[in-house]
Amino acid sequence: MTVLVLMEHGDASMEALTLARKFGAEMHAVRMDAVQPFAPDAVAALLALVADHLNPSAVLAAGTDRGNDVMARLAARTGLPFAANCVVAEPGDQGSLTRLRWGDSLWEIARLNSPRPIITVAPHTFAIEDGPLPSEVDVTPFLTQLEDKDMLVRVSEHVAAAGGGVLLTEAKVVVSGGRGVGSKEGFAIIEELAGLLGGAVGCSRVVTSAGWRPHTDQVGQTGTKIAPDLYIACGISGATQHMAGCRNAKRILAINSDVEAPIMVNADYAVIGDLKEIVPAISAEIRKHLAVLAESPLPGGERA
Amino acid sequence: MKVLVCIKRVPFTGGKMVLAPDAMSLETKHLGFTISPHEECGVEEAVRLIESNKGESVVLTLGPLEAAEQLRDAMALGIDRAIHMQTDGSEWDAGATAAAIVEAIRADEAASGPFDLIFFGNESADSAGFQVGLRVARALDRPCATGLKRVVPADGSVRCEQEVEGGRDVYVLPLPAVVTVREGLNLPRYPSVPGRMRAARKPVATSTPARPKPRLELMRLAVPEGKGKSVQVLGTGPSAAPAVVEMLRKAGVL
Repeated sequence: MTVLVLMEHGDASMEALTLARKFGAEMHAVRMDAVQPFAPDAVAALLALVADHLNPSAVLAAGTDRGNDVMARLAARTGLPFAANCVVAEPGDQGSLTRLRWGDSLWEIARLNSPRPIITVAPHTFAIEDGPLPSEVDVTPFLTQLEDKDMLVRVSEHVAAAGGGVLLTEAKVVVSGGRGVGSKEGFAIIEELAGLLGGAVGCSRVVTSAGWRPHTDQVGQTGTKIAPDLYIACGISGATQHMAGCRNAKRILAINSDVEAPIMVNADYAVIGDLKEIVPAISAEIRKHLAVLAESPLPGGERA
Repeated sequence: MKVLVCIKRVPFTGGKMVLAPDAMSLETKHLGFTISPHEECGVEEAVRLIESNKGESVVLTLGPLEAAEQLRDAMALGIDRAIHMQTDGSEWDAGATAAAIVEAIRADEAASGPFDLIFFGNESADSAGFQVGLRVARALDRPCATGLKRVVPADGSVRCEQEVEGGRDVYVLPLPAVVTVREGLNLPRYPSVPGRMRAARKPVATSTPARPKPRLELMRLAVPEGKGKSVQVLGTGPSAAPAVVEMLRKAGVL
């Protein structure tokens, strides 16, 4: 059995291969950057042309922004159904699969009635396994078959993000504030703690809706999805939409006055009480700890 | 300028997902409903565009009778009129949803002129299929950019900005075009009382399309099991600070 995979840089595509291998031993790949500048309709057109040529049993990609975009275009173009963000998928006539809804808070068990399943694989679901890699399809002969209108939608400019600060998606520690922070000014203590830990500031949807923080800080289903080593949730109740953004954190520390808050079920550690007292106390304790470190000799016998 | 925004009625979920007895939907008896968040920003953007460019804004939904509430909400914010394709509340898959929307758009355009811009959410909050907008665009043979955080029409084209790693990618599409947007595009306004009163008098065109057989067929829903974590309480109040620092040290973040 042949399977066609749309490959991007990054772990998500390698994870997708783990599922793709179930669909066929003979794997072929088209690269997301096969058309430069990026033109999603052109990539979808390439996939359709290659699929006509190789007749794969399924077409898979990682459920990234571009993965879901291009696969939806492929599905629209070929008149086939498309299942986004699958966590389980079985080859065969039944086309049974499980996909994510509501961020990743709900599973949909479904049947894909299609001669050629078009599937994206939910990121952070599968382990990257050692195994055969797909062979890259030489797309040169197919590029000449693209139509002008396939190039109509293309990236014409890239605006670099303003520098400074730690990126939410890359931070090892994210200190996040919710309704409990109380105001825009209330975030000063959150920023202080994040700064001491070399981390980024996050927030919940209530906070951005109130205009206390920009939407770029929002963690959650409709904000940014993050996977830091430590997520500190201050005054955040932990609604499913919020947890969809931070579920992949290695550890979660909840600081909350409500022991019944849903965040408590999802946290590894908790401190109960008023975050306005607790957060500054933690910052002060960290300063004390750092001061002691600065005075003591470095470990391993070296001296500064 | 004529602008359309497509929305979906979805429940407000809280801290826990509870399924209906047949596991085919969420138990919504105790839940309120809202417009899917990305689409709320689409509504706001459509209202702003017509405020500054003149013309007409239209909101469309495919959903149960109760979805009239979300159409009124959109009109309370300033949308001029609504199209309601009424269903019995059962699920429509993305392909069927898109086909019904295309039909409604064609009918509306035949009667009152073409839409310059059609807004969708990047994905619905509930079923998150990531495809209805793109399917509609393909069927109408119009360009489409997805996941947008900024949409600026000018002189027969629309500048679209999409957040990507390290910044933003810009697409410039000729109009008419379809765009799918994300929360953060703008900060939606709250409806005013006069807005609500005006909305009650705005026209809603209804139809009852037949539901085709789904090709992505929902069999049942399931709530994923939690990680079975048991939370370790480090303390109460500011006196917990030393225990927190100890945890930070052990976790290697300090």
